[in-house]
Amino acid sequence: MTAPLQKPKRKNPILRTRLPVPPPSARSRYALGLLRGAAQGRLELQVCRDCGTVQYPPREVCRRCLSDRLDWKPQAGDGELVSETLIRHSLELFFRERAPWRTGLVRLPGDVTVVAHVHSDVPRPPAKVRVRAHLDRAGQAVLVALPEHDTPNMADDRIMREMTCDPKFRKVLVTDGKTAVGQALVKALVNAGADPIWVGNAEPWKNFPGFDELKKIPQVTLLNLDVTDQRSVREIAGEVAGRVDIVINNAEVHRTYGISARYGTDAARAEMDVNYFGLLRLAQEFGPALKARGADGVNSAVAWVNLLSIYALSNYPPHGTFSASKAAAHSLAQCLRAEMRPTGVRVINVYPGPIDDEWNQLLLPPKLAPAGLATAIVNALKAGTEDVYPGDVAQDWLARWRENPKALELEAANP
Amino acid sequence: MNALTQFASELSAGRIRVVDLTHTLSPDFPAITLPPEMGQAWPFRIEEISRYDDRGSAAYWNNVSFSEHTGTHFDAPVHWISGRDLPNNAVDTIPPKDFIAPAAVLDCSKQSTQNPDFLLSVDFVTNWEKEHGKIAPRSWVLMRTDWSKRTDPAAYQNFDETGQHTPGPDPEVVQFLVKERDVIGFGTETIGTDAGQAFHLNPPYPCHYYMHGAGRYGLQCLTNLDQLPPTGSVIFAAPLKIKRGSGSPLRVLALVPV
Repeated sequence: MTAPLQKPKRKNPILRTRLPVPPPSARSRYALGLLRGAAQGRLELQVCRDCGTVQYPPREVCRRCLSDRLDWKPQAGDGELVSETLIRHSLELFFRERAPWRTGLVRLPGDVTVVAHVHSDVPRPPAKVRVRAHLDRAGQAVLVALPEHDTPNMADDRIMREMTCDPKFRKVLVTDGKTAVGQALVKALVNAGADPIWVGNAEPWKNFPGFDELKKIPQVTLLNLDVTDQRSVREIAGEVAGRVDIVINNAEVHRTYGISARYGTDAARAEMDVNYFGLLRLAQEFGPALKARGADGVNSAVAWVNLLSIYALSNYPPHGTFSASKAAAHSLAQCLRAEMRPTGVRVINVYPGPIDDEWNQLLLPPKLAPAGLATAIVNALKAGTEDVYPGDVAQDWLARWRENPKALELEAANP
Repeated sequence: MNALTQFASELSAGRIRVVDLTHTLSPDFPAITLPPEMGQAWPFRIEEISRYDDRGSAAYWNNVSFSEHTGTHFDAPVHWISGRDLPNNAVDTIPPKDFIAPAAVLDCSKQSTQNPDFLLSVDFVTNWEKEHGKIAPRSWVLMRTDWSKRTDPAAYQNFDETGQHTPGPDPEVVQFLVKERDVIGFGTETIGTDAGQAFHLNPPYPCHYYMHGAGRYGLQCLTNLDQLPPTGSVIFAAPLKIKRGSGSPLRVLALVPV
């Protein structure tokens, strides 16, 4: 059984910090199909539309009938570990540094055999396992065989720690502690074992409901971080960036105007300044320090979370300028992901529907409770997913956007 | 020797002291806080253009942004609805001679320390005049509260659930200063020329309403008022010449006889 992770000792300052090296990441275009589901924590395999054959590894055509009509479909992943190999030597730097490393072959329903990383709590073969799709430190989809049933401390397993961004014993920055979402995030992170938690306190003269309670949490340290102020971001980064393992950028401005409902650009500019330029400033000042610590032991720098919006995918005209600012942030987050990927620091983008707060007062339910959003974010860190669409509205919009973006555009204009 | 050359020689001989009444423009200085659904005044922000680097190897310079009412700043009559139709009511059209005027400094620091909601009254002014003489026409009246010594932004803003608690003038004294004393304007150390709770006075924000309605000016976020004598100093306060501007950050200097 996996031993519970102990609070890591302080770093020995005379040793060189290990540089991040990504696991092998070359994949064919077809193999990248696995990525779509894995990014959201779903196992999908190719299924032939003509003969129903499930296949792995991914190919251009069906291994049985040669049809090229192949669909990626969700799989339960329950299977049997039929053999295992302990990698003791590898020319790949990632595995060389982490050997011995357990891998194996798993037989899944449909007569398909997959190669998987094998959790240390899985008994020797033959053994029942659950195969899950994960993203590795290169951001590539890989398969992991988990024990048939959950085991205590299974998230602390060495292989899992390389796949996930678990906040346990990690040092976290939450950029805005003033909002209900920020406060819920801090509480969820405390419960997940994060320590310390730095919390942004822009405009320190404003004391919002719940903020006094937040100050009393022993893990919390307030910082006068204001993402609209480059000097503040730089100074705070100078103070703490070298220790931050997870950045959660939840700072946002949300006004409920389209183009004609509010004359002028002041509200739109404020949204853009926080939602887009705020991310840019944070990424420039905190990014380099995180990149340097992508392989810094079991509590390495590991994740950057962006609170975006489902309206980043397609504009919601009643909140049109907000949507535009989130679309800009969504695009920049892709750039950040590309720049972070070689270092193993995962960029997690969160696309909620309307949050149950004062700016969405006039929207009808369902609305996402701040605590629900916080749980979804912490769960994404624990699971290591990369794209998160929490709540019913987000799921609905995502499905409609994938199905027919033009229809969504039209329907969003007439809610 | 005319008055100005004499002034210059007094200045160089150190017999006139220059006191800077201006806060440093910095992102840390608090901005005026309004309900979030309203239009917002930009706080001061600064970003580098280059710093002897790949963006410009020989130069250090910055882009800055702020509202007309950020930091130590000047209010023109057009700032308030009561002054909107007056002639020469914007910073670019105010007669330049109005930017130089004597000051009467009323020390309300003790009262403001005891009561953050302290309101300056006519009685206070007439009592002050018994000691220091009648306020001269076309003077600035500067309300010293020592509020500028509150370097913690939260203490400076002094908000609670009922809003801001900072001292200012009551409606009667503003009318008195305009009509009976013909002052050129009113200056404070707090974030506005009106008290923190002035929204609840009648009319709301009386200093803005009456001063600007009568074509007079405002100065706020002043500092170092404790270095000025009650009378005898001269204020230089020239706002930026912004076309149809309602105010501007500025450098406010006081000339004080030594």
